[in-house]
Amino acid sequence: MKSLWWRQIQGILRLEVRKSIFSARALPLYLMAGIPATVTFIVVAVSTIVGESPPEFSGPGGSTSLFAILFQLGILRSTLYFACVWIFMNLFRGEVLDRSLHYYFLSPVRRDVLVAGKFGSAWIGVSVVFSALTAVCFGVIHAYFGGGSMSNLAGHLFAYCAIVWMACLGYGAIFMVAGLFMRNPVIPAILVFFWENINTFLPGLLKKFSVIFYLQSLFPIDVSEGPIEIIAEPVPLWIGIPGFIIFSTLMLLAAAFQIRRMEVHYADD
Amino acid sequence: MSATSDRLVFDNVSKFYGEVLGINRVDLTIPPGITSLVGPNGSGKTTIMNLMTGLLQPSHGEIRMLGIRPDRPEKLFRHMGYCTQYDSFPKATNGTQFLYNYLRVHGHPHARAMEMTERAIDRVGLADAAPRRVAGYSKGMRQRIKLAQAICHDPTVLILDEPLNGLDPMARAEMIDLFRELARAGQHIVISSHILHEVDLISDQVILLNEGYVVAEGDIHDVRTEMSGKPLQILVRCDKPGLLASKVFEHESTVEARMHEDGGGILVSTKDADRFLIAFNRMVLDNEIRVESVTPADADVHAVYQYLITQESEA
Repeated sequence: MKSLWWRQIQGILRLEVRKSIFSARALPLYLMAGIPATVTFIVVAVSTIVGESPPEFSGPGGSTSLFAILFQLGILRSTLYFACVWIFMNLFRGEVLDRSLHYYFLSPVRRDVLVAGKFGSAWIGVSVVFSALTAVCFGVIHAYFGGGSMSNLAGHLFAYCAIVWMACLGYGAIFMVAGLFMRNPVIPAILVFFWENINTFLPGLLKKFSVIFYLQSLFPIDVSEGPIEIIAEPVPLWIGIPGFIIFSTLMLLAAAFQIRRMEVHYADD
Repeated sequence: MSATSDRLVFDNVSKFYGEVLGINRVDLTIPPGITSLVGPNGSGKTTIMNLMTGLLQPSHGEIRMLGIRPDRPEKLFRHMGYCTQYDSFPKATNGTQFLYNYLRVHGHPHARAMEMTERAIDRVGLADAAPRRVAGYSKGMRQRIKLAQAICHDPTVLILDEPLNGLDPMARAEMIDLFRELARAGQHIVISSHILHEVDLISDQVILLNEGYVVAEGDIHDVRTEMSGKPLQILVRCDKPGLLASKVFEHESTVEARMHEDGGGILVSTKDADRFLIAFNRMVLDNEIRVESVTPADADVHAVYQYLITQESEA
């Protein structure tokens, strides 16, 4: 017999995963995911039309570098980031705007269980979509430009997917909290975006106050980010991943604290 | 079970929305049965209901619903159902899914949730429309599906915010029967309604609210009796109304006596109903008057509402 709270979380997951990836609310998620997929297909199409690949992207090492750049700029630092902003900020705000938050608040569910259920479903939803996207782009690029050994490629793909899941965990926790505490969460979303993207140029100490820094240790290859990049020693995996999970847990506790105090008072009541 | 654990208790509860008063210093002890919240718009009815269900938190004071604090939803909503005034639903769900998903969030397994869903839908007479999307429902159907949501888990406390809104007369009668049936089974039913004659028909007790304050509480006839400043009107139907009127005038508690429009009785206003009725019995016996009925003419919710709220607002 499963415990009550687990059955309740399953009930919430049933509803919320559908809402996160199979409803109109998921449209921006797919639009975001469509951008790197389109870029990947354009790169392949242009290379096919021109008839030759740029030498730096040919062969196993080249295609690995090409995908690493695409993943960093086209997925992790942009589309995945904004997909997380959209989905996680709207986890509770969206329900307030739809005037349907009371549906959950009238259930015999602890509000912290509700936070866990809603966060978990959004995390699964966004991570599955972007892991699939990552796998497709990875497969297309390595199939066209040539790849290394199968085991090597599988290891890389696993690492990129792990980065997607960890990034969703970190950004998701931040933006769910922002959506609960801020009246206008767009401003923190832009500020965090700016902060994450200047991370490369920040001194070592400041780098540590960002999500992207802790994800670096998961990258399967190093990608230079230009001549003015400030190199900092990445944190070891055994510190980075538990630290990431602890940080996300603290954010969820903050969200649970806020949701327990939350009142249902829709704007035009 | 302690004395208060089968009661809904508000102890000196106030709620402010910023600087705007929702309700102020409300003390209530609500026993099982049907209790109606009556008052004009903005009087605090919905605020009280939202406080009862934990959708709002009190600024001051303490609330206990069957001994449970409303900020413990995991306990409270095992015993409580709330039909809100909010007319919005999770998107893209049909009637069955709306209830079924709600019961799954309660933690019920599939088969049990399905069985409870079907039973609640049958109870509110929505079986034909259940497979259709809620977004396409009429106002009355939305009201019914919200009622089904409130009762689907067999709660012992039902909070119903304007539950008869949008229902046709037949559906209203069915719902009133349902509320009576639930009340007879020992449930607490708290209803807010603007339809005063229906409140009168179904309520065991009323709570009259105005501008965030409770102005009267209890059985409506007791409330009316306690309004000593307002003479009580009694309609007497008899065979000698003229004679009775002349005798009634002689009694010291009589304020006014006039013939009824149809000439078959008199309408008496009295300052002291108890003393008047004792004297009235003597008058009837001494003068051999055949009395058909003696009924209070202004001891209903509508009259009390008029006296306590409309006139207060006008003053």
